[in-house]
Amino acid sequence: MHELGIANSILEAVRTEVARVPGRYATKVSLRIGEMTAVDPEALRFSFEILSQDTDLAGLQLEIEICPRRNRCEECGQEFTVRDYDIQCPQCGSLRTQFLSGDEFAFGYLEVEEYGTSSVGAQSTE
Amino acid sequence: MERVPLERKVLNENDRIAADLRARFQEQGTLCLNFISSPGSGKTSLLERTLSSLPKGERVAVLTGDIQTENDANRLKRYGFPVKQITTGGTCHLDARMIERHLADWPLEDLDLLFIENVGNLVCPSSYDLGEEAKIVLLSVTEGEDKPLKYPSIFFKSQLMILNKVDLLPYVPFNVNAAVENARKVHPGIEIVKVSCLKGNGLDEWLIWLEKKRQAQKEKQPAAVR
Repeated sequence: MHELGIANSILEAVRTEVARVPGRYATKVSLRIGEMTAVDPEALRFSFEILSQDTDLAGLQLEIEICPRRNRCEECGQEFTVRDYDIQCPQCGSLRTQFLSGDEFAFGYLEVEEYGTSSVGAQSTE
Repeated sequence: MERVPLERKVLNENDRIAADLRARFQEQGTLCLNFISSPGSGKTSLLERTLSSLPKGERVAVLTGDIQTENDANRLKRYGFPVKQITTGGTCHLDARMIERHLADWPLEDLDLLFIENVGNLVCPSSYDLGEEAKIVLLSVTEGEDKPLKYPSIFFKSQLMILNKVDLLPYVPFNVNAAVENARKVHPGIEIVKVSCLKGNGLDEWLIWLEKKRQAQKEKQPAAVR
């Protein structure tokens, strides 16, 4: 259960980013989590909600994109999604395939809104 | 509404400290290894065996992580090398900042080898880069041969899998070939060494692996410092 610490890192990063765009507040943050990382999206969501409620980031939405494991065939160049650990190239049948992606654990984007344009989570700037 | 792209990793701060540690290890020619396994697979036993095989005066040190107690440090200190316990107080893994803090009063130029024994856990430690040259995952034959499939991340990120407690193979229903096959499904390039830390089988092979890594690390060191 390291998701609590991770959720905390996410909220800290959002605060840093929001501070760069004065007059705006964050409404949504997106993450890309590879299936080869040991991060549990449900535990992360739960931690995120607990840590953000009753703070300046209350109501911030978390969007998680799960990125499958992808390999590239060294023989024919085909890129494919690896299912059930089967790394065989579906096009030419070669077993010489290289890991391409699926271990990412990164931010995607942050959505921000100007104060006063929406009632959700808006605070007065005065 | 406006969308701002965030070109950064989630564990940015940890990765920054880890990259800094890695650069320092390379600069000093220190080989740093991060040992990860479930509780009770034999990380401490492997380190005991390893330390006892090293000549006195060897420049080696150990950081050992646990949630509570100094037990592992006390076990490892008996071999005469510097050992520090990192007690996380509840955290299920070590992170780069803990390593940085505990290395503060150890001059790295005096170290050829640094062993980090992570908290016993097959999940969380795999997310945290500690600046190590290699992660080493231990699996013991009492755990079941499907562990690589159940916990793929750590087997995927480890250079070496040490299969421990092979002396128990006659007594437990563990299929070594299936375990090897499962590990290679997750990570085709993973190296595998089979040992018994209790009886001593296979330890020579592990020590040869270690020596090879050590030479390779020395070669990475900038010539001016060597």
